[in-house]
Amino acid sequence: MTVGFKRDYYTAESGDLMASDIPILGIRELHAGIDETPILRGINLEIPSGEIHAIMGRNGSGKTTTANIIMGHPDFEVSEGYVELEGENLLEMEPWERARAGVFLSFQYPQAVPGLQVGNFLRKSVAAIRGEDAAKGSGFRKQLKQAMEELDLAPSFLGRYVNDGFSGGEKKRFEILQLMLLRPKLAILDETDSGLDIDGIRTVAKGINAVIRGSESGALIITHYSRILEHIQPDKVHVLIKGRIVKTGGPELALELEERGYDWLEEDQTEESSDEAENTA
Amino acid sequence: MSHSKWAGKRRERFREKQGGEKIAAKEAHDAVGEYKAGWHDPENATIRFDFGLSEQVVRDISAIKNEPEWMTEIRVKAYHHFENRPMPTWGNMSMLNNIDFDKICYFLRSGEGTEDDWDDVPEDIRNTFDKLGIPEAEQKWLSGVTAQYESEAVYHSIREDLEQQGVIFLDMDSGLREYPEIVKKWFCSVVPYQDNKFSALNTAVWSGGSFIYVPKGVHVEMPVQAYFRINAKNMGQFERTLIIADEGSSIHYVEGCTAPTYSTDSLHSAVVELIALPGSHIRYSTVQNWSTNVYNLVTKRGIAHKNAKIEWVDGNIGSRLTMKYPAVILKGEGSHAEVISVAYSGKGQHQDAGAKIHHLASNTTSKILSKSISKDGGRGSYRGLVTVSPKAENCKLNVVCDALILDENSRSDTYPTMEVANPTARCEHEASVSKVSDEQLFYLMSRGHAEEEALAMIVNGFFEPFTRELPMEYAVELNKLMALEMEGSIG
Repeated sequence: MTVGFKRDYYTAESGDLMASDIPILGIRELHAGIDETPILRGINLEIPSGEIHAIMGRNGSGKTTTANIIMGHPDFEVSEGYVELEGENLLEMEPWERARAGVFLSFQYPQAVPGLQVGNFLRKSVAAIRGEDAAKGSGFRKQLKQAMEELDLAPSFLGRYVNDGFSGGEKKRFEILQLMLLRPKLAILDETDSGLDIDGIRTVAKGINAVIRGSESGALIITHYSRILEHIQPDKVHVLIKGRIVKTGGPELALELEERGYDWLEEDQTEESSDEAENTA
Repeated sequence: MSHSKWAGKRRERFREKQGGEKIAAKEAHDAVGEYKAGWHDPENATIRFDFGLSEQVVRDISAIKNEPEWMTEIRVKAYHHFENRPMPTWGNMSMLNNIDFDKICYFLRSGEGTEDDWDDVPEDIRNTFDKLGIPEAEQKWLSGVTAQYESEAVYHSIREDLEQQGVIFLDMDSGLREYPEIVKKWFCSVVPYQDNKFSALNTAVWSGGSFIYVPKGVHVEMPVQAYFRINAKNMGQFERTLIIADEGSSIHYVEGCTAPTYSTDSLHSAVVELIALPGSHIRYSTVQNWSTNVYNLVTKRGIAHKNAKIEWVDGNIGSRLTMKYPAVILKGEGSHAEVISVAYSGKGQHQDAGAKIHHLASNTTSKILSKSISKDGGRGSYRGLVTVSPKAENCKLNVVCDALILDENSRSDTYPTMEVANPTARCEHEASVSKVSDEQLFYLMSRGHAEEEALAMIVNGFFEPFTRELPMEYAVELNKLMALEMEGSIG
């Protein structure tokens, strides 16, 4: 009944203040894995409205798994915990229902769909998520034109096939174009900076800032490097090691990681796990 | 704990792969139940032959139509050839050998004749064509229409301005009556009755089809359309089409077809002959959507003279077994051929389709693009032959065949043959087989599209190189048909 509860908050006189108490994204004690192999071992995370958080960590630490589970990838099994979008349980929804509820994932490896034209696909996606009216008329065309200009995409881009033969940079800019048009409540950006040069990162960061900053939406940026975080100042940085958030800090934590790497945090983590092992023994 | 219905289904699918066990829901999903043109009218035959084929049946068909003697003779010769000719020993032999030629009606007349006003067509039949949207399409975007019901055309019309320019567009029976000399000159000139068992059968019992002549230099801007409907059970439909484009002319011919869904079989065996005289252009587009109890065994071939161009745009969605290889003989220098085809094979279906192109002259070019999708145990085969004769210099040929397989039970085969006897030829051949991946579906679903929409997007995208060649109205229709085929299909 969290849905009804949330709606009551918003219709109340003091709605603004109260609404901000419900995070855009709430993850509690999330345990998940694939084929019986645990990957996430108790993630806790809250992103309040208007905030941008970053998750940093090495390959295999569970960053992409977290993104996939929020979006609803079928390969992963959640064994414990919950994931909520503004208090609504996402885990019971199909991926397309999550998208319509306001979750957006910018993929690390966007899939090609030969024969499906970009313009047609964008219109259908906007219609599916924001409603038929939002995808019609001059209003939509104007938004589309403006977003494409900001991302340095030529009009001929609309006639190409989705991610088919795109360069790495084009794929990432196309993801951000979708982000700008779909206007989600929660944007998850999985390694959006990988494979981009400095100009590309700057362009993409501009797009992300335009959507999230000053809005009631939230964003979760998943990255290896601190480079993109120089252009999008995150409100919080979380460090993920072996399926757990081991440290949370401000933007300065990203710089510290850049200098010191992850080893110093990993040592802490090893101690912690061995403590735990003793406790359970 | 399962967090998603989709995940549940995916695991079920995985189990099926492992153990080979069938899923009940999948069994319940029966392609026949989804076929939208499967209704039938009460049969109001004015003439109906008994089942079975004999020389007398062939002579009776000719007599009913008051044909000239030479046509009766060809029919009888073709009949004997058919009787003596063995079944093909390739393609899907077990399905071919299931055809019971004694359980087929070879001639059935439903109306009183061919009308040029829909109001004069018997009501049941008119309603059927209304439901299929033919009169509406005629008003909006066609130059002329022939509607064939069982053995003969029940409706026919052509725009007056084309008639004034000398364009002949008739059903084949009227064509033979009104222009016997033209028909005699070209009939069997591209596809002789001895070509194969089914071209012999068609020549023996042919009825209906289209006859078109486009005079020198005339361009027919909007397409002309023929629609073929089988209504009766155990029916055999044997239309014969002859299109002659005179020098420098052009025409686009579009055909569609449907039939009711019955538990017994029907046979559709057409012959189409195209003659593209120097500098002319014929485009022939088909959207074949027979119900899955129809055997569709068709011979289509064209001859392209100097600098002429023939294009076959061939879509096969329905039927139980289709064996069809649209062919072009590039006889004149500088002529060009294109065969663009798509095939969809669902449960119990085998689409054995492809193309044949013969480069007989120099500087001729050809292009084959074949796309096939198989699903629910369906089987798609590409069978192609391209030849270049020793005298043909500087020919260019390009063959691309792509197959998309939607589940583990379905099958795709490719039988490409190239016989190039001149070393100056430039040949390109590409083939690919792909599967729809969960990652592709997940990507589209993450953009708000439910799984069936997501699959339809992938499938329509795969067919896009074909649909963009169709008139827009047909492309929309084809996309709708494919979306219907995809309903409830993941599991």
